[in-house]
Amino acid sequence: MKADAAPLIDAAGIVMAFGSRQVLNGVDLAVRSGEIVALIGPNGSGKSTLARILLGVLKPDAGIVTRRAGLRLGYVPQRLPLDTVLPITVGRLMSLTNRVDAGKMTEALTEVGATDLADATVSDLSGGELQRVLIARALLRDPDLLVLDEPTANVDFNGQISLYELIRRIRDRRGCGVLTISHDLHLVMSATDRVICLNAHICCEGRPEAVSRHPAYVALFGARAAENLAVYSHDHDHDHTLHGEVVPAAHDHAAEDSAETAENPPQP
Amino acid sequence: MTGIDNFLILALLGGIGVAVVAGPLGCFVVWRRMAYFGDSLAHSALLGVTLGFVLSINLTLGIAITCIGFAVIIVALQEQRRIATDTLLGILSHTALSCGLVVLSLMNHVRVDLLGYLFGDILAITPGDIAIIYSGGAGVLLVLAGIWRPLLALTVHEELARAEGVPALRTRLIFTLLLAVVIALSMKIVGILLITSLLIIPAATARRFARSPEGMALLSSIFGALAVSGGLLISLQWDTPSGPSVVVAAFALFLASLAFGGRRGGLAPPPAAG
Repeated sequence: MKADAAPLIDAAGIVMAFGSRQVLNGVDLAVRSGEIVALIGPNGSGKSTLARILLGVLKPDAGIVTRRAGLRLGYVPQRLPLDTVLPITVGRLMSLTNRVDAGKMTEALTEVGATDLADATVSDLSGGELQRVLIARALLRDPDLLVLDEPTANVDFNGQISLYELIRRIRDRRGCGVLTISHDLHLVMSATDRVICLNAHICCEGRPEAVSRHPAYVALFGARAAENLAVYSHDHDHDHTLHGEVVPAAHDHAAEDSAETAENPPQP
Repeated sequence: MTGIDNFLILALLGGIGVAVVAGPLGCFVVWRRMAYFGDSLAHSALLGVTLGFVLSINLTLGIAITCIGFAVIIVALQEQRRIATDTLLGILSHTALSCGLVVLSLMNHVRVDLLGYLFGDILAITPGDIAIIYSGGAGVLLVLAGIWRPLLALTVHEELARAEGVPALRTRLIFTLLLAVVIALSMKIVGILLITSLLIIPAATARRFARSPEGMALLSSIFGALAVSGGLLISLQWDTPSGPSVVVAAFALFLASLAFGGRRGGLAPPPAAG
């Protein structure tokens, strides 16, 4: 895992308002190579707006987004809004904006564990399958930075864990930077180097364990959310409970992650 | 008899021409959930009729100019984020329709067959109209083929396409202009109030049989041509207004597709009504 000095993307002083509603109020955010950053915040906190600004789809009212020269960006949207009325196959979806050769397409689908889906119709896919296909689609661009918008929103709990594992494997293999957007901290904990907690401005920022104990996080998400997280990340004795059946795996990864990131220079 | 035969041939030629062009555009209207937008654009056409009379120009040209102006205004206003698009469309669409009706009723010196404009009138189709429909239609299809790839990408996921460098505003504007032209071309066949149905019902019918976007567009043209042919025959046989007859025929095809159609298991949800 290499951490370049220059960030892949660097947003500074981002301000955005819709009508009279101030959505982003002076937000700074940078993502470096090899780093998985999670942007979390409640609904309406401006995280999707910030992502759109980073993607270059929205222009901020003020502030500057600097991309590293020649940055290749892979965007994985949350879902496809029109999948039932528009008949389209996975292969076609993957070559929507660029022509793609069949070998590379199979390779990308294999990398996300969706090899046999190339000829499937998109509307027949489950939420998890669609996410994998959309990730494969983004990988075709050989991205330096992968941006995932709520990658687990339409996926069941076990699927969510394996998706985050997939994202981590992609980062490990390719050394790309990853920015995920999520409305809660539970799952991103297991596969995240740095969490940024957003609510129009950045409330707190740091390693997942630190953020989960931060007063600003507790204020934003409530004490209960923080307590639940404490259980997830620190309690080793309850792995036989209903939650415990799944959680220890997530927790083990969190532990590995901490060990890995500990070798890196501390994040700002 | 030859007079009737001529009318029938002209009407069929015009109707099929319009349906073939409406097919692929209608698919995009369904995919992009723009039924209400199409309706609003069509309502502005009556203002175009009025404009045609006031300026003494060709009515199709008047309608095309008005619809294009209206389309540009809507696309520009959509870029602002203060008023919701459907509210905006509701205001503009009914205002345009009402202004058209008010001005038309003030013009005592012209005798206007209002029902013909609202619901279509096959007897009004002339060889000149056929020439306009086919040349305009060919132009529309050519331009649509040119923007097909970016438009489809924007339709699947606008932000994804934009993040990957697809020019959104330009593509959307061109598509809206094409829609305006098709509305101008099809007004005499189905009438202002029913144009959207010629765009939507064949596309919805085609959905169950299609596996690719292009396949759905082609099938949609075919179903549209069948609906127009059936509707015009009904209209000539029983002297019913042509627009509603075409819509009834299109709906019958849609019902038949529900009953018999589709190797795909799932039933496509109905398109957003407008």
